[in-house]
Amino acid sequence: MLQVKNLKVAYGGIHAVKGIDLEIKQGELVALIGANGAGKTTTLKTLVGMVKPAEGDILFNGQSITRMPAHEHVNHGLVMVPEGRGIFSRLTVEENLLMGAYVRNDKAAIKQDLERVYELFPRLKERMKQLAGTLSGGEQQMVAIGRALLSRPKLLLLDEPSMGLAPIIVQKIFEIIRMIAAEGVTMLLVEQNAKLALQTANRGYVMESGSITLSDTAENLLANTKIQEAYLGE
Amino acid sequence: MDIFLQQIINGLVVGSVYALIALGYTMVYGILQLINFAHGEIVMIGAMVTITCINFLIGHNVNLPGPLLLALGLAMAIPVTMLLGYLIERIAYRPLRKAPRLAPLITAIGVSIVLQQAAMMIWGRNYRAFPAILPSDVVEFGGASITTLQIAIIALSIVLLIGLFLLIERTKMGRAMRATAQSPDVARLMGVNVNNIISLTFMIGSALGAVAGVLVAANYDQAHAYMGFMIGLKAFTAAVLGGIGNLGGAVLGGILLGLIESIGSGYLGDLTGGFLGSQYKDIFAFLVLILVLIFRPSGLMGERVAERA
Repeated sequence: MLQVKNLKVAYGGIHAVKGIDLEIKQGELVALIGANGAGKTTTLKTLVGMVKPAEGDILFNGQSITRMPAHEHVNHGLVMVPEGRGIFSRLTVEENLLMGAYVRNDKAAIKQDLERVYELFPRLKERMKQLAGTLSGGEQQMVAIGRALLSRPKLLLLDEPSMGLAPIIVQKIFEIIRMIAAEGVTMLLVEQNAKLALQTANRGYVMESGSITLSDTAENLLANTKIQEAYLGE
Repeated sequence: MDIFLQQIINGLVVGSVYALIALGYTMVYGILQLINFAHGEIVMIGAMVTITCINFLIGHNVNLPGPLLLALGLAMAIPVTMLLGYLIERIAYRPLRKAPRLAPLITAIGVSIVLQQAAMMIWGRNYRAFPAILPSDVVEFGGASITTLQIAIIALSIVLLIGLFLLIERTKMGRAMRATAQSPDVARLMGVNVNNIISLTFMIGSALGAVAGVLVAANYDQAHAYMGFMIGLKAFTAAVLGGIGNLGGAVLGGILLGLIESIGSGYLGDLTGGFLGSQYKDIFAFLVLILVLIFRPSGLMGERVAERA
């Protein structure tokens, strides 16, 4: 579904991503783990066109999307939940969710999807008329994920969904992530919480200062002593 | 004659026009954090094009009722100013989107001067009379009077304000505009073409500005190539007073400024013992601007503007 070849990204002379290769197959849940500043977020931003790569190619379903403007990615089903959630704090919860359906015109289906998101997150239904900025961090993350679902993603990129959330909320969010994966949405999950990410994913990539240093099944990565020492705190 | 009531009426008339123009400043600021100082010139060009168009129709013996002639003039002026607003953003501001904030600000002043000079070349430096096509019946009530034109100005302003609010608050496009104002990057992820939204913002603001320009010209029976400077500065003051970036604030600021100016000038002679007459009414706008900037830079309804600026 997604192929990344020799991707290089530079910010004003600093090489944030130094020629990585990634592949994600239909239906997979892939984790991208690594320390702070390893280049994970930059990689995601490049995949959705928010950052232009210096070199390399990104293929989505066989088609090059390397130079595609950011706002066209969602049309192809490439959707990102940004780091820090990126909710529109002065829009209501419902308006935030509807922004996810911005490029869609199938009103009846949008309404159905909206109801589904409310079923998934009953808390959001209670607060649909509230300004999103007044919600707790966990609820905001629910808005961000619900909004992404309204875009009907084929490939969903999640950037640090656990960031800044209480453990019990993190559990809830990851439950939802597994549920979405079970429905057949392909996902790339970027997480600093490597253990949780690898427990959830099928496969994983390990990123270190701009390069992919390891790629294996999630099971093998969890069993890898080096990974355990470096990222799993064992 | 009841001077106080009269000044309130005058203030509402002028204030509703300020509100229409202030919206143009505040909408652009909300999305780009840019003060589009050329907006006053858009107002002026809206008035000039309308006058030219009406005179052309009259000159060719088009016999239509006054309001219809005015509508035809506006139908010409609105697209012209919308195109101009689009071009200004496209040519002057967009290339500077990532530049330091001072660069687009100076560019805005430059654009303003260019448009003013261009208008002088087209329409000359003299005052242009607004064609006497509109009925000016006077309605008396409570010791004050208001012309039918002034009633029409207030009514039309209210209709436009309601229309704009419905557009911004109730439509998908308006939602995208608000989302873009808060976070262009995330809006892009949702599939919003941010450049189009910015163009649209300039065009809507320009259309409102054109109508405001015509209303001012009709109210004072005249227009001239440099009228945009003062009215632009006052509407900008209104936007700052209300809290720049806040649409409701722009309306509130406009109305308040109109009232302050009108009531203030009505009593200026009494206040200064005849030393200053009502021709000094402009000092009130700038007094308000200075006081707001000193004591409440975020404006009456604004938030977080100070930290951004």
